[in-house]
Amino acid sequence: MSNNEKMYDNRLGIIGWLGGGRWGIERYLYIIHRLAGVGVLIFFILHIFEGNLRIFGPEIWNPVMKVMEHPVFKVGELFIIIGFAFHALNGIRLILIELGWAVGKAEEPVYPYKSSLNTQRPLMVIMLLLAILLIAAGGFDLMFLGH
Amino acid sequence: MDKENQQKRDIILHIRRFDPERDESPHLEQYTVKVEPGMTILDGLHQIKQNQDSTLSWRFSCRMGVCGSCAMLVSGRPMLACNTQILDITDRALTLAPLPNFDIIRDLVPDLTRLFEDHVAIQPYIQGQDAEEMENPTGEFFQTPHELEKYLQFSYCIKCGCCMTACPTMATDREYLGPMALAQAYRYNTDSRDRGYESRKSVIGASHSTFNCHYAGECSNVCPKGVDPARAIQLMKRDLVLDYLKLKKRKKACRVMGIPSDVERKPSIPFPPYTVEQK
Repeated sequence: MSNNEKMYDNRLGIIGWLGGGRWGIERYLYIIHRLAGVGVLIFFILHIFEGNLRIFGPEIWNPVMKVMEHPVFKVGELFIIIGFAFHALNGIRLILIELGWAVGKAEEPVYPYKSSLNTQRPLMVIMLLLAILLIAAGGFDLMFLGH
Repeated sequence: MDKENQQKRDIILHIRRFDPERDESPHLEQYTVKVEPGMTILDGLHQIKQNQDSTLSWRFSCRMGVCGSCAMLVSGRPMLACNTQILDITDRALTLAPLPNFDIIRDLVPDLTRLFEDHVAIQPYIQGQDAEEMENPTGEFFQTPHELEKYLQFSYCIKCGCCMTACPTMATDREYLGPMALAQAYRYNTDSRDRGYESRKSVIGASHSTFNCHYAGECSNVCPKGVDPARAIQLMKRDLVLDYLKLKKRKKACRVMGIPSDVERKPSIPFPPYTVEQK
């Protein structure tokens, strides 16, 4: 193959992150984990900005707090709870996996092949159930107890 | 004859074509193939080449899932064309495209130079501690079945590139080593005969390498040989972390088993007959 010959750059780029329609559940968790991480990071930056507005005195702080009572921000807070709960618990799953504690040992591949994805799936189910529990508790607190 | 024809079905193959002399970018072309039960995608491509379009290009060799040449994107999923039956995928239409994340040379032929360069980078060979024994062996290195099991799964890799295509990190990081090379690095690091961990560490512990894997798990899902690169990479991360914390166990020296001198052949086992006449 000569280097002069024209080739087409077929790199998927960001579309490769989002994937197609035939991927496994861990691939979707990978995407949601990233989106949740970015979402929580944006919230932290805005939260620090908003919290620091009190240095301008009550004439700025009070109207801002009034705006924060709008239902849109309540829904936003619910999304923060969802993003935080998922990112935290899925993150614990990833830490355990990446330290080699949940992927099992090498085994002889026999068709139909089973992989480390099958080995870590009980952990994934537990973590997702815990995330749902945390979201339900946080959502109940936010919507009905009004904290 | 009628019964044979009854079993055949018309399946539409949408194939991504690219001719570097004519095209600026790839485009889809449609072919209809008469498919019978048991027919593989590779058979379908041969049928198109023989009867419809002789310019269609793809790469293949062994036709039995051993060489890894014919990996391609089948309806969005990387697979071996020789190992996949058309009617298992669809009863109407499917799309064939070259493996993404590699440049396209022509039609379904990807440029795998990058894959092999990454493979070379991780030094994919046994590096023994005893250079003299490696050059002029006096016997065999002793390995227990348990030691063999630690790396055997990862040694089934056929370098087809399916995992490199499915990996989301590969899609954006041009310098990432990729699941194939990293799994092979672990394969050699785990081999009881190998002492190359220290020299591989500068590659596997660097940026765009082991720790850029975030366990999307697709490499293991698509591997046609059940190699499970995702598992190898996670186990290698543990090794690197333990090594950093100075907690990694040192490998025991691998014994060399010489030819036994004090044994005789069992008389009940006859020597096999010579196939060539002895002079």
